[in-house]
Amino acid sequence: MHFEYQVTGGDFTNAGSTSSSVKKTLKQLNVNPSIIKRTVVALYEAEVNIVAHAYKGNIYVDIEEDAIVISLVDEGPGIPDIDKAMEVGYSTASVSVREMGFGAGMGLPNMKNNSDKLTVTSEVGKGTTVEIYNRLQ
Amino acid sequence: MKKQKEFFYHALEFRQDLCMGCSHCMMKCPTEAIRVVRGKAILNADRCIDCGECYRICPYGAISVRQDDFEKIYNYKYRIVLMPAVFSAQFPDKITSDQIYSALLSLGFTHVFETENSIEFLIKPYNDYVRRHQEKPLISSFCPAIVRLIQVRFPTLTDNIMLIKPPMDVTAMYIKKRFEQAGIPWNEAGIFYVTPCAAKIAGVKSSVVEDGSLISGVINMNYLYNKVYREIKQKGFAKEDNAESGFKFMTRNSLRWSLTRGELRIVESDKKLAIDQIQNVIDFLEKLENEDTEDIDFLELRACYQSCAGGILCSGNKFLTTDRANRRANNTDNAALNKTEFEQYAPYIEDNCLLYGKIQPRSIIKLDDNMAEAMKKMKRIHEINAILPHVDCGICGAPSCQAFAEDIVQKGSDIKSCIFIQKILEQNDKLDILETVDLMKQTWDVGKLDKNKMKELNKEVNI
Ligand SMILES: Nc1ncnc2c1ncn2[C@@H]1O[C@H](COP(=O)(O)OP(=O)(O)OP(=O)(O)O)[C@@H](O)[C@H]1O
Ligand code: SF4
Ligand SMILES: [Mg+2]
Repeated sequence: MHFEYQVTGGDFTNAGSTSSSVKKTLKQLNVNPSIIKRTVVALYEAEVNIVAHAYKGNIYVDIEEDAIVISLVDEGPGIPDIDKAMEVGYSTASVSVREMGFGAGMGLPNMKNNSDKLTVTSEVGKGTTVEIYNRLQ
Repeated sequence: MKKQKEFFYHALEFRQDLCMGCSHCMMKCPTEAIRVVRGKAILNADRCIDCGECYRICPYGAISVRQDDFEKIYNYKYRIVLMPAVFSAQFPDKITSDQIYSALLSLGFTHVFETENSIEFLIKPYNDYVRRHQEKPLISSFCPAIVRLIQVRFPTLTDNIMLIKPPMDVTAMYIKKRFEQAGIPWNEAGIFYVTPCAAKIAGVKSSVVEDGSLISGVINMNYLYNKVYREIKQKGFAKEDNAESGFKFMTRNSLRWSLTRGELRIVESDKKLAIDQIQNVIDFLEKLENEDTEDIDFLELRACYQSCAGGILCSGNKFLTTDRANRRANNTDNAALNKTEFEQYAPYIEDNCLLYGKIQPRSIIKLDDNMAEAMKKMKRIHEINAILPHVDCGICGAPSCQAFAEDIVQKGSDIKSCIFIQKILEQNDKLDILETVDLMKQTWDVGKLDKNKMKELNKEVNI
């Protein structure tokens, strides 16, 4: 099953709406609660990263019986050094974003901990693609 | 451990004779537990959480709250009434606690206790629990409607519910112990709880307390309010009366307990939050499930606005009730607490106030136990959703187009019950007018479609 969502950069008010919707779908499918939790946490962090760091993005969700694949494709500044961005505590968040309680540099590490496979690709000046893969069984 | 009941007991009763099938309750229900079939509201017992939102909104008084027969108190030699602090706070200022107490005795009770008598005993176990348990935030189990809401709509959060007996059961334990120590055989004593809501009744009748509730019966608060008020009006009773009352340990904490933030007061943490009113709670739990919240140790969640002062069976205005309860608390001398007696019972209560086992999730959201099957159903629901009008008019007898799409797939509802689909079919000559009238009758019964009745009502309308 395929779902698509849109995310607008800077719109913190609605950050999390995709996570809510995906969570509802997984509940309807009677997926194990701990897998739902993991998936939603990873997705939420990725969604917020688009809001915090990029201009806009699309989220594509594919759910099959054995697994869920979520691709977050954004248009934005991109990540120059992905390995560094993956480090715990690394953040380039602006002061205003930090004031909103984001910017602890925990997002990407959290995403990694809560997904079975995480792939980040990026092109500086163009955008970033994050792919979260979780087994559902 | 006693097995948890397969089905929830419900205290809310839909009266077919009074129901007009107006669908107000259906639109209001937070778990979409109500449908209209043949002109009457029908409750789905698996989904209902006894929050009473339907009772509040019904314009025809067609929803009632079951209670035990008052005469049942006479099955016991010792007849104990257990009343929450919000009960006495319903009465106007000129009526004193002593008068209420005398009226209750005059009505046939032999002992009067307040439900929150055990709060002081619970403070230590509560805080120990919050300190010891890792599954944060811990969610209070005080409001039974909230416990049920979590079971059916937020199954991932059931492990966060605190396994501590509610004050009603703890106070009952304390009373039993006192009676036993006084040499009174317990089988001659019956405890009757005065309930502010349907949820508490359901909580007693299908109790989460494994060894069974000590409560023998439940009396609706509005019913007893009327009885007590009348008794006072007719018999007077002294405003001050020095009879020994059962209000042993009523302190500021206990008097405020069932008000909003009442539980919060006793939890020693600065990361705690109180939320009242069912929709506010739902919104917050949605956030919590996404882990999109600050670190919180403790959550006090109540289904009613202004908590139990706003219970559906409270006769008084919720703000006045809250104000009176607060004033009574402010005027209460905490030092009056009988330390010796308190210390005598505290260890016993501490040892017996925890619940064991687990609160089971009972998801109403899953489409099927089997995931492949659930996926098929979901695809079908999406297809149906795409053709429904999404005006959520309720004419099909379901609360929303989304719920109707689910009913079609889950319960075989007929898509032709949708009035918009009917129009399209008529337009394409796939359905004639007589068939549409029949379809409407299945949901709304003959009454609303009786053309002779209409003619009589309005001679000018030419139908
Ligand atoms: N979609 C993105 N586009 C551009 N840069 C990104 C994107 N996602 C992450 N980054 C960069 O990687 C850094 C680390 O991301 P991470 O999510 O780990 O932390 P954060 O977003 O800064 O803070 P936190 O997620 O803890 O609130 C960010 O500060 C940002 O520079
Ligand atoms: S808040 Fe109090 S009165 Fe309202 S449902 Fe919960 S326990 Fe009952
Ligand atoms: Mg981040």
